[in-house]
Amino acid sequence: MSDATLNTQAAEGEAGFGDYFALLKPRVMSLVIFTALVGLLVAPVAVHPVVGLASILFIAIGAGASGALNMWWDADIDAIMQRTQSRPVPSGRVGAQEALAVGLALSGLAVVMLGLAANLLSAGLLAFTIFFYAVVYTMWLKRWTPQNIVIGGAAGAFPPMIGWAVATGGVSVESVLMFLLIFIWTPPHFWALALFMKSDYHEAKVPMLTVTHGRKSTRTHILAYTVLLVPVALGLGLTSVGGPVYLAAAVLMNAWFLKGAFDIWRRPEAAAEADGYAVEKSVFKFSLLYLFLHFGALLVEATLRSFGMGGW
Amino acid sequence: MAIRAEHEIHGRRKSRNVGVGLALLGFVALMFALSVVKITSLGGAIEGFDHVARPALAVEASE
Repeated sequence: MSDATLNTQAAEGEAGFGDYFALLKPRVMSLVIFTALVGLLVAPVAVHPVVGLASILFIAIGAGASGALNMWWDADIDAIMQRTQSRPVPSGRVGAQEALAVGLALSGLAVVMLGLAANLLSAGLLAFTIFFYAVVYTMWLKRWTPQNIVIGGAAGAFPPMIGWAVATGGVSVESVLMFLLIFIWTPPHFWALALFMKSDYHEAKVPMLTVTHGRKSTRTHILAYTVLLVPVALGLGLTSVGGPVYLAAAVLMNAWFLKGAFDIWRRPEAAAEADGYAVEKSVFKFSLLYLFLHFGALLVEATLRSFGMGGW
Repeated sequence: MAIRAEHEIHGRRKSRNVGVGLALLGFVALMFALSVVKITSLGGAIEGFDHVARPALAVEASE
C-alpha cells in the first residue's frame, strides 16, 4: 500500500464532537436545565451543591439522550423537512445507528447515575420521561394524531418535577402544578408558531392541527388552552412555593397571554396574512417570556424566603 | 516521507477525541466529588483500613 491509497472519503460516520452534541438538542436541554434547577431550588429541602449539580447534569443528559433517540427514529422525516435537514443524522454526519447507540447509552448512564446521586424516585421519573418522549411521543403519537404536541408536551413538563423529587424524594401539589404549567403552556406555544411558520409537515406526513383541522380550529385551540392555563399558573402562586411577587407576575402575564390568545382567535386568516402574522408572532415570542418569567418569579420567591421575606 | 497533509476529517477526529476525553475527565472529577460528599455526609468518624490490629474495632466475644 502506498500513501496514495490513503482513504479520505470516510466523511460519513466521522463526526466531530459538536455533531454528537447537536444530537442532544442543546436548545431543548437549556430549557430542561432551567426548569429542573428551579424545581430543585424552590423545594423546601436543601440539597448539597455537588449533589444538586450532578443531578441537574444527569437530568440534562437524560433529556439529551431522548433527543438523540428522537433523531434516530425520525431520520426519514427530518430528511424531508427543510427545518431539520441539517440535523446530524439526515445530513449524514452521524449514522442513524450511532444516534441510537448514543441515545441508549446516555439514557442508561443518566438514569443510573441520577439514582445513585439523588434517589430512586427522581431516577424513575427521568426514565419515564425518556420513555415517554422517545416511545410514546416520537414512535407513536407524532405520526398518528394532531394532538401530538399536547401529549408530547408532557415530556418537556417533567424536569421541574424531577428537580423537586431530587430534593424532597417525593411528589407534591407544587411539583404537579409546575408540571401542569409547562404541559398546558406547550400547545398554545407551538400552535402559535405553526400558524406563521411555513412548515412541510404535510410532505413528511406528520399530522399537524393546522393541516388536519384547519387554521380557524387551531386558533380556537390556542384560546382554549390559554384559558386552561390561567388557574394552573395562579394556583401555583397560592402554594408553598408561591408568594406575592409570583402571584403579581402571574396575574399580569396571564392577562397579557389571554389577550394575545383572544386576538389570535378573533382575527380572520386574511387579516393575519395581510400583516404577516404579526399578532401570532408576538404571542409566540411572549409565550417564551411567559414561561421564563413564571419560573424566574418562583426563584425570586425562594431567594426572598431565604432572607426571611417572600412567601405566604 | 511522512504525510503532512491535514484533511478536514483529521480536524473532526481530533475534536471528537478531545471532546470525549474532556467529558470523561469531567465525569471522573464529578464522581470523585460526589463520592466525597456522600461519604462525609454519613456522619461519624471514618476509619481507614491500615493493616494493623485495632482493638477498638474488635467485637467483644462476651457481647
